Amino acid sequence: MAQSTTHTLPPPFNSSSTTPKPPLITQGAEALLYKTTYLTPSTPIALKHRPKKSYRHPTLDTRLTKARILAEARVLVKCKREGVVVPAVLGADWEEGWLACEWIEGKTIRAALDGYLKRDVGEEADLRGEGVRGLMGRIGVVLAKLHGIGVVHGDLTTSNLMVRQLEREGDGLESLSLGENREKGLEGEVVIIDFGLATQSVQDEDRAVDLYVLERAFGSTHPQAEGLFEEVLRVYGESYKGAKVVLRRLEDVRLRGRKKSMIG
Amino acid sequence: MSAGSELKLPHLEAYPVHVSLFQDVTNAEFLKRQLLEGNAEYEYAFLDATTIISVNHVLAAVFRAINDSIHNRLKSRNVHSEIVFSLSPNNNIAESFRRFGVSDTTNTLLAIKVLNAPNSAVTRLDPASHLGSCVEGNRIEFSDENLKHSADLPRIRKIYKLNSSDNSKSKGKSAKSESTTNGVHNEAHELKEMEAVILGIMALKGS
Repeated sequence: MAQSTTHTLPPPFNSSSTTPKPPLITQGAEALLYKTTYLTPSTPIALKHRPKKSYRHPTLDTRLTKARILAEARVLVKCKREGVVVPAVLGADWEEGWLACEWIEGKTIRAALDGYLKRDVGEEADLRGEGVRGLMGRIGVVLAKLHGIGVVHGDLTTSNLMVRQLEREGDGLESLSLGENREKGLEGEVVIIDFGLATQSVQDEDRAVDLYVLERAFGSTHPQAEGLFEEVLRVYGESYKGAKVVLRRLEDVRLRGRKKSMIG
Repeated sequence: MSAGSELKLPHLEAYPVHVSLFQDVTNAEFLKRQLLEGNAEYEYAFLDATTIISVNHVLAAVFRAINDSIHNRLKSRNVHSEIVFSLSPNNNIAESFRRFGVSDTTNTLLAIKVLNAPNSAVTRLDPASHLGSCVEGNRIEFSDENLKHSADLPRIRKIYKLNSSDNSKSKGKSAKSESTTNGVHNEAHELKEMEAVILGIMALKGS
C-alpha cells in the first residue's frame, strides 16, 4: 500500500508525554487496533479507533461512527453481564471514535492450530488428540452460550477466537497432560473477540450463518483440520435448547451459501 | 497513616489526580455542607466509599470526567462533580450524588482532586495537607483491599442492576481449569467480573 502509515490516534491518546506511543497491532477495513495502557500503567488495553472517513459527509460519518462504537460496546457489555467470556469494555468516546477493551493475553485459535498442526500432526493428520478435541469442545460451548443469550457475532473466524494464556504458572496442581497441552497453547479459556459486526438476534438463520462462516474459516485456514469442526458442532448441539434446530438449519445454509437467495 | 496518593492516569499525565481514602470519618456532614455552600477551598469530589468496588472503578470515573472536561462536554458544574456523576448508570445528577457522593452518615470517604483541572481555578492548597486538616478521620491506603472492605456489594449490585445469581452459574467447560482454585480465588474472580460490567455500564452512559 502506498498510503502513508502515520496513523493519528484520537485525543487523549495522542498527547501523552510519558506513556509510550501505542503500537498498531492490526487494522481492519474500518478500525485500527492499538495496544496501550488505561487507568493504571499496568493495565494493558486494546484500543479500537475508528478514524474519520474523509470521503463521507461529516454528519453521516459522525453518526455511523457513533452507532458502530455503541453497538459493539453494548453487545460486549451484554455478553459480560451474562457471563460469556469476552473482553471487558473499560471506556469509550464515540465522538472521538474510540473503544477501550481489556487486553486478552494469549493466541488466536488460528495461531494455536497452526502451531499444533505443524508440531504434532505433520502430514498424517491425527486429530483425535485430547488437547485439540477439548479445545474444539470449549469453542462449541462458548458459541452456544453466545447464541443462547441472543447475540450473533457476524464475523466468526479462527482469528476472532482466542485462547487466553493461563496465569498462575507452576502452582503444582495441574497434571502432566495438562502441562503438555498448555505448552501447545491448547489449554486455556476460549475468548471471543471483535464484535464489530455483532448483532442481537435469536433467529436460527443468523445463528446458522454464524456457524457456517466459522466452518468455512476452519476449512480455509486449516484444511487438514476440517474434521475438527465436527467436534465444535457436536458440543454446540448439546449446549442449549435451540441448538439442534440451528444445526439442521446449518445444513440448508451449506447447500446454498451464506446469502439467502434473492431470486423471485 | 497514609499521605494519600498522587496518581497519573496513562494519557492524562497533564492532570495529576490526588486521592485520599479516610475511614472512621466523623465530620461528613460538615464536608457535605462545604460542597453545598460552594466553598471554593473544598473543590473536591467527595465520595462515599460504600458504593465503590475498586480502584479501577474510581479511576474510570475520573478518566471520563477529565476527558469530558477537555472536550467541553461536562454535564455538571465542574470536573469534580462530574466524577460523582460519571459513576452513575443514568443521567440523573441529583441521584448520582445521593448514591455516590458524601452523605451526613458517610463513614469511609474518598476524596479526589484533579490538579491542573481544565477550565478550573488554580488552588494554592496542597490537597494532601488540606484534606489531612479538614477531614476528621484516619487516612488509609487507596487500594483494592481497603475499598473491598468498605464496599456494600448488594447495594452496588442494585444500583447497577446486576443479577447476582447469574454470575456463579455454569461457566461451561472453561470453568474446568478453575476447579482447582479455592473460594478466595473465585471471590476475587467474581469481583473482577462485577467491576468489568460496571465499567462497561459507565462507558455507555449518555449514549
